[in-house]
Amino acid sequence: MVAIPHGDDHGAYGDDKPGFFARWFYSTNHKDIGTLYLIFGIISGLIGGYLSFMMRMELAAPGISVFNSEHDYLVFASMHGLIMIFFMVMPALIGGFGNWFVPIMIGAPDMAFPRMNNLSFWLLPTALICLLISFLVPGSASGDGFGGGWVMYPPLSTSGSPGPAFDFIIIGLLAAGFSSIFGAINFITTILNMRAPGMTMHKMPLFAWAVLVTAFLLLLALPVLAASLFMLFTDRIDGGTGFFDPAMGGDPEMFQHLFWFFGHPEVYIMILPAFGIVSHVVSTFSKKPVFGYLGMAYAMVAIGVVGFVVWAHHMYTVGMDVDLKAYFLAATLVIAVPTGVKIFSWLATMWGGSITYTIPMQWALAFIFLFVVGGVTGVMLANAGVDVALHDTYYVVAHFHYVLSMGAVFGIFCGFYYWFGKMSGYLYNKWLAAAHFWLFFIGVNVIFFPQHFLGLNSMPRRYIDYPAEFELWNQVSSAGALITLAGVAAFFVMLIEAFIRKRPASDSYWGEGATTLEWTLPSPPPYHQFNTLPRIEDTDEH
Amino acid sequence: MRLKRLILASSTAFFAMSCAAFAAKPTEGGYWLQEAATPVMEELIWLHNFVSWIILGITLFVMVLMGYIMFRFSAKRNPVPSKTTHHVGLEVAWTLIPVIILLVMVVPSMRLLYFQDKLPETEMTVKVVGNTWNWEYVYPDFENVESFISNPLEKEEAEAAGVPYLLATDAPLVVPVDTKVKVLVTSSNNLHSFAMPAFGVKMDAVPGRINETWFEVLPGKEGTYYGQCSEICGIKHYKMPIEIKVVSKDAFKQWVANDGAFTTTVASVGGGMTAAQE
Repeated sequence: MVAIPHGDDHGAYGDDKPGFFARWFYSTNHKDIGTLYLIFGIISGLIGGYLSFMMRMELAAPGISVFNSEHDYLVFASMHGLIMIFFMVMPALIGGFGNWFVPIMIGAPDMAFPRMNNLSFWLLPTALICLLISFLVPGSASGDGFGGGWVMYPPLSTSGSPGPAFDFIIIGLLAAGFSSIFGAINFITTILNMRAPGMTMHKMPLFAWAVLVTAFLLLLALPVLAASLFMLFTDRIDGGTGFFDPAMGGDPEMFQHLFWFFGHPEVYIMILPAFGIVSHVVSTFSKKPVFGYLGMAYAMVAIGVVGFVVWAHHMYTVGMDVDLKAYFLAATLVIAVPTGVKIFSWLATMWGGSITYTIPMQWALAFIFLFVVGGVTGVMLANAGVDVALHDTYYVVAHFHYVLSMGAVFGIFCGFYYWFGKMSGYLYNKWLAAAHFWLFFIGVNVIFFPQHFLGLNSMPRRYIDYPAEFELWNQVSSAGALITLAGVAAFFVMLIEAFIRKRPASDSYWGEGATTLEWTLPSPPPYHQFNTLPRIEDTDEH
Repeated sequence: MRLKRLILASSTAFFAMSCAAFAAKPTEGGYWLQEAATPVMEELIWLHNFVSWIILGITLFVMVLMGYIMFRFSAKRNPVPSKTTHHVGLEVAWTLIPVIILLVMVVPSMRLLYFQDKLPETEMTVKVVGNTWNWEYVYPDFENVESFISNPLEKEEAEAAGVPYLLATDAPLVVPVDTKVKVLVTSSNNLHSFAMPAFGVKMDAVPGRINETWFEVLPGKEGTYYGQCSEICGIKHYKMPIEIKVVSKDAFKQWVANDGAFTTTVASVGGGMTAAQE
């Protein structure tokens, strides 16, 4: 897609930045808010990563050695999940890259509702503080913090955790949920109404498509989470409701249905933006337009739609009717088809291309391969009969970390290295970036691949201690955590080095392959872009 | 309870030795499913291996294809990129071929699902109640067998008895071999999940609900089987194992005749086992 902005007179850009406090705390500028989201995501990633690192150290050998109590371990496991999902992956992919690049890619000067954008962001630190407070206040008789798993199933989250810790989590997640809903409204409005002249839906870059589908998923799924959290909240009150309490005519399984009606689309909320980023990166470094653009866009729509009707495959062992299980089995397998379309279209984009193996391309290639590995184990788990052996074991842990820890997170790093020069105006040292990539790539594989073995050998999840038979692969997995830690260190060294050396990045530093609108702007882009809207020329590339 | 535990701890050692060949628990450094003890698990393993071959094939195909593309179309070997962005035939193929593969998979998958889920005419029933944090076993078919609590052995107790810590209990669920057993699963408070990997059984224990599942241990598969709670239930989630002793039909009759007492019967159960082995 070749886009020629008209009236591209740099002098016409307003570049009057407000003072520091007004700029970063009252911010209404989509790029500044995007930057805030990314910084927030990095901080949350460090917190969530610390929690998981401590769990891996505990599991390195049988016995209980690192944690003071069993309760603390469960608190760490629960909070690792919540923080990584709501405060790392979602802010980075949707809030960070979405805010930064969706308006620019569609040729818009900013988001549709800049003040609501500000509210979306600032609800998140508030929410994170609520979650962090929950560590410090009583959860249950066993200790401080909430240890009922990130899925928050009652009765463990109602009568099982009577202390205020879980109330703080409910409040925090409600705040994070509203943040995402506001963000989703903003993205949908922006994408549907603020595309530059000539930028039809079918010319829109795939990242914008990905964020649009994601925003619809958020808009439809998060109110259900908010409602179910609220039901938990009123169930927890003494003399309150009994939605999930069998003694009062309720049913704990109803919460699981409500939770996964949100929870399954949530999985796609985390991965679709990464799909979008990978499409751009693969196309840029193959110097070819994306293969099967329409198929790619509508595959994401299909994944989003079908993603809403497969939720109970998370609940094959709750004692559901067998015909219902059969339906969810079949519906779940259907998702493999549009996902396959995406994988093969990426490969076809590379076919015949002139591929350069830059850092973002390495992340993208690793993403494609590892997402296939995570995807095929998903096909295994979709088979309700086999899932009985694997449900709630480390096989599931391995599966969803392959699609999240290596899917979503690799997508984040892919986008980060692709756009870092555009966002900061500086180039990174590619050796440090390569060290980060390889340490991270090897590290996460060493952590998670052996967990398939643990799961097949029947090791259940959320165990602080395990029979000696599981020791070998746990040891290997924990060694992987050390390698990954070194990778994280390399990432920060890379960041610091880039900001110290300040090697300036040119407007379109990836060359001719990068064709979306952000590459027509300087690096970093001016404070306000497209005061005169770009006009997208009619091309027949799609 | 304490008395029963002590007596058992000493007798389990003998029991474990007499039927070590049949014990099913996680294997040291194991990387695959545990050996099957029931027809359901046999089918489950078959489907798992079948699907494993398919997904391994897909993964290798993508890997090889990607490797070839990365080699053949690197900027060095292919400096001028093509501009192809469509190929209807290819796009139809990579939509239809996965559909066909999934159809091939879904037929045996459905067969397993219904085989596993639809209860056959069962010959006896046990009721399993998840507590925080132990399991309670009830034999509604045998009025003289009192329900009992199955507690995990502490580390020292397990070591003394030579049984695996975090798997062994002081009072196993005792069932006869070659018998279709209906299992009713419920919970007295939190969620739990009654899991027995070698049987292909995992059923959530939900307060206010009674879930049912079944198993039939294959002839000649008498022995001790271990499973672990598989739904987060609080701080001792990791420490509420499930132990099932599968005994010959005669030994089971004797055990019931003795009101389900664990004292003398355990030895005779062991004896019954030896007979079965011969």
